[in-house]
Amino acid sequence: MTTSTILTAEEPHGTESGSASSGRSPRLKVERVNWPGTVILVLCAVTVLLPLYVSLSMAFKTQGQAVDGNAFSFPAPFSVDGFVQAWTLTNFPVGAAMSLLVTAGTVVATIVLAAFASYAIVRNWERRLFRYSFYYLLAAMFIPFPVVALPQIQLTGRLGLDNPMGVILLATMFQLSFSVLLFTAFLRSIPMELEESARMDGATTWQTFWKLIFPLLAPMSATVGIFAFLYAWNDFMMPSLIISDPALQTLPVRQNLFQTQFSNNYHVSFASYLMAMAPAIVAYLFTQRWVMAGVTQGAVKG
Amino acid sequence: MSTTTTTRRGQGRPQSRSKRRVEPVFYFFLLPSLVLFTLAITVPGLVGIFFSFTDSIGIGDWKFAGLTNYIAIFSDPAILQSYLFTFGFSLITVLVVNIIAFLLAVGLTSQIRMKTALRTIFVIPMVVSGIIIAYVFNFLFSNSLPSAGAGSGISWLETSLLANPDLAWVAIVVVTAWQAVPGALLIYIAGLVSIPGDVYEAAEIDGASKFQQLLKITAPLVAGYVVINIILGFKGFLNAYDIIVGLTNGGPGTSTRSIAMTVIAGFNGGDYAYQMANATIFFIVAVLISLLQLSLTRGRNTL
Repeated sequence: MTTSTILTAEEPHGTESGSASSGRSPRLKVERVNWPGTVILVLCAVTVLLPLYVSLSMAFKTQGQAVDGNAFSFPAPFSVDGFVQAWTLTNFPVGAAMSLLVTAGTVVATIVLAAFASYAIVRNWERRLFRYSFYYLLAAMFIPFPVVALPQIQLTGRLGLDNPMGVILLATMFQLSFSVLLFTAFLRSIPMELEESARMDGATTWQTFWKLIFPLLAPMSATVGIFAFLYAWNDFMMPSLIISDPALQTLPVRQNLFQTQFSNNYHVSFASYLMAMAPAIVAYLFTQRWVMAGVTQGAVKG
Repeated sequence: MSTTTTTRRGQGRPQSRSKRRVEPVFYFFLLPSLVLFTLAITVPGLVGIFFSFTDSIGIGDWKFAGLTNYIAIFSDPAILQSYLFTFGFSLITVLVVNIIAFLLAVGLTSQIRMKTALRTIFVIPMVVSGIIIAYVFNFLFSNSLPSAGAGSGISWLETSLLANPDLAWVAIVVVTAWQAVPGALLIYIAGLVSIPGDVYEAAEIDGASKFQQLLKITAPLVAGYVVINIILGFKGFLNAYDIIVGLTNGGPGTSTRSIAMTVIAGFNGGDYAYQMANATIFFIVAVLISLLQLSLTRGRNTL
């Protein structure tokens, strides 16, 4: 484990004079690679991945192999029996459809409603109604879901919203504060001149919003959308409380089946967990840049 | 509605742009959010507070009960235990998460190989469903760990951590931390990256060791991020529900019941009004913590 010296390949290092573009220290620097650090971090990464590896290996085992107690052994032979059984036991297609419905609904509703409200608020900031609305919508960040959960269960029940639609409504409202915060901060940085030139060309406010503002908001919409996606896809508490018909439940809630019945069919339960987790992980791998940027922005603005 | 603007202009702020009236379309943009938000959050909130002063069981008749519920709560051992557990758990988890996240962030911003791949891996727990990963850990804690303990002769490992009333909380801290580290980590990375490199170069020239640099330069300069992480984390952990349901479901007994779980249990238990009083108190606590957050982060807008 010696420390060797190499040129860092991460950033393009120019010579003394010519790299004003990167804005970083322009010296040709010879950096030492921190090998002990690398090794420690790789070990930590293994710990992070361990539960996911266990899910993967358990899911592909046969029933006999799954109950022998060793979670870390490699599946031999490979078996998809767990997936086949999980598919029918949890009624996966319906569960996935419900999760998709709730997630897509929450993402779209959050982006559209938050962008609408933020645009109105920022462009009319001098009006009291809009200014106060901003603080009003932001107040939800102070309200944890458990505090209002019981009355919400009653209310959604009375209004016939004890189904995925009710979850979309509530999830959107809880995402609204954070999203309005991000959108308004971004909108304030868009110069008015841009909009005024669109209006010179005769565009109405409605057209200006859709043709100019909404496209400009795209990076923020991506961040807002990703957070709404992760929340709606992964949440257990809200759908489990609001959706009264088990047949309409989302994927995370369906997994409790394996806590009550079938609790020894580990290969089935893990196959089912895997099918419920995988979409979020795959989505993350494709959008990680925005996810990471979003966390930072959210924290700094929040 | 849109005609009042010229007359009310005087009340506007000095930076008021012009006497232009608010276009009706802006109301159309704003009102859906306001109306739905009021219906979905404000009204239930007010209804809940109202019923906390009654003897309602959720359905049927009710009558006012004054402060009876609130008085009862302060002498209810189950409620006190849930507050004690939730605050203790949140405090410990916040410490664990921030120490791990800070060290990882220092590592991930140093001169290491595979930086991008490692960062990608460390963030994965954030995108995994809490209840499902709790089920996975549940299996590890109640099957794999005991059998590893039996195999290696470590007797205290042989019984499941989750079945031990004194130690079940450790499992909850582990899983919650596993999931919460990435968020804090990304914020710390942002903080560390914002420190200019010349500060370290100057310290190096002055002969400061790596450890001294960490303690004397890095730590003070990311202090603002520490505050943010601690408050965001603490607020989140106070609402703990999914992971506990997946791991212990509040057990063994009621030793790991969080505040959220006691409130929710009130819906089936028939003490609706009582738990609404509990929720109202919880709400006040949440507001106090948020106010603390505002007062601590105000003036740190340089971040």
